[in-house]
Amino acid sequence: MADHVFKPETLAIHAGQIPDAATGARALPIYQTSSFVFDSADHAASLFNLQTFGNVYSRLSNPTVAALEERIAALEGGRAGLASASGMAAEAMALMTILQHGDHVVAAGALYGGSVSMLSVNLAKFGITTTFVDATRPEAFAAAIRPNTRAVFAESLGNPSLVLLDVAAVADVAHAHGLPLVIDNTVPSPYLCNPIALGADIVVHSATKYLAGHGTTLGGVMVESGKFPWDNGKFPGMTEPSPGYHGVKFYETFGDFGFCMRARMETLRVYGAALSPMNAWLILQGVETLPLRMERHSRNALAVAQFLEQHSRVEWVNYPGLPAHPQHPLVAKQMRALDGAPMASGLLAFGVLGGTAAGVKFIESAQFMSHLVNIGDTRTLISHPATTTHRQLGEAQQRAAGVLPDMVRISVGLEHIDDILWDIDQALHKTET
Amino acid sequence: MQVQIATLRRILRDCRTVAIVGLSADWHRPSNFVGKYLQQHGYRIVPVNPRYDSILGERCHASLEDIPHAVDMVDVFRRTEDVLPIARSAVAIGAKCLWQQIGVINVEADALVRAAGLDSVMDRCVKIEHARLFGGLHWAGVNTRVISARRPT
Repeated sequence: MADHVFKPETLAIHAGQIPDAATGARALPIYQTSSFVFDSADHAASLFNLQTFGNVYSRLSNPTVAALEERIAALEGGRAGLASASGMAAEAMALMTILQHGDHVVAAGALYGGSVSMLSVNLAKFGITTTFVDATRPEAFAAAIRPNTRAVFAESLGNPSLVLLDVAAVADVAHAHGLPLVIDNTVPSPYLCNPIALGADIVVHSATKYLAGHGTTLGGVMVESGKFPWDNGKFPGMTEPSPGYHGVKFYETFGDFGFCMRARMETLRVYGAALSPMNAWLILQGVETLPLRMERHSRNALAVAQFLEQHSRVEWVNYPGLPAHPQHPLVAKQMRALDGAPMASGLLAFGVLGGTAAGVKFIESAQFMSHLVNIGDTRTLISHPATTTHRQLGEAQQRAAGVLPDMVRISVGLEHIDDILWDIDQALHKTET
Repeated sequence: MQVQIATLRRILRDCRTVAIVGLSADWHRPSNFVGKYLQQHGYRIVPVNPRYDSILGERCHASLEDIPHAVDMVDVFRRTEDVLPIARSAVAIGAKCLWQQIGVINVEADALVRAAGLDSVMDRCVKIEHARLFGGLHWAGVNTRVISARRPT
């Protein structure tokens, strides 16, 4: 008889946190401490040697942060997780652990602007190059792979392009070349999509978005599947003695969570983008209600998309949850369904009739919808990516990232749908002049 | 094969003396990590390796049959094809459990010890399973799959 398999609604509340060993506290205590005492010199040596598991210093690990790491690993169906100070830090920890000078990345073109900058500017400074390809064509990923390629990177659901990746097809391409597929799963959240079940090897999240869910807290998490064969000859940093951690062979010693251990002990330890215990606690408060919120976000967004489709002041609508969306069959395959219809998150984009000027007018006319650049808040958020998140990119790069000049992005919140539609409608009518 | 959490807990609670076949004296080898970890968590380890006199402060024996006292668990760090005679020895010396480490999967040995009434675990690490079920591994962000409303014991 096998152990009972718990569903995501239960994991979102329980995974990674049993009552506190010292006090019996049922809710998660906030271990707001920089450091942890050693029982003896021998205990200290064993901890530093990684011969025993325990806490040394909160830049490396912390019990409150660990609860978040394990919970997201459980929700993603992965083997282990590693938290960091933001989603960008999670992505940096994953990529900087895999890659070194001279390596090459194949990445989807339709990426969050910060990810494009990291790959095309920041990692390039260290001699790591990236080829960006059309995320809708798995064969484009295959064509761009070179002998020195060491990772494939994409978003499960692009922000703000809303391009869906065929994760299983791209995972097959990556694995045929002995490469790990790294997926940013921020927009669907682990409740709507589990890239590891589709073949991804590493998943990264901006926990700031739906995981935290209330627009209060920055954080990031990476999760490893535990299934990638790091001993295939392409990743000596996983199999050879670590020069950065006194000769430990991470894959041999820690096996299916060796990648997260190496990311923790080599990358996070040195670059220092650790998550604070307080922020981990706030994110976990959000995660407990993630399944409930994702259902409502998705239901509200579908109603908004259907409303916009019929509106005389709207040029076009892009929402993968609409049956008419060109990628809808893939949405149905990869995303969790509610009452038979796939949920596609609260994120949608549309063009206001009248172009960029009308888009700006719409944003400035909203009453309670907030003009800011976050997503995944309880509040409905609106933005104009071309002049905000993707401003640093040229127009060609913007188009490659799926950003059109007239695009308005909405992160549909949890207010009553009648009120959201009212605010959208009145703001659209103000664009008529 | 999936061994249940309840079974693993019972094995790790009941087996206090652990013979480690193929234990290395080299501190950064995985077997040495396991031996050191078990000592720190209150287990008595018994090294079995003909190449050394003592490892981790314990006298080393050339074979399981040379151990002059009772052994609860036989933990195997050897190649899969070398496990069968070790399994026979484990039964002969009255051990309660044969544990084959990660990557060691001898199904014949597994069947043999089960038929003799021993517990059997394959393709798992004693250290990782102990840390998973009794705390520790959780701090490394690992998905322990433990869901419970009781304090860890």
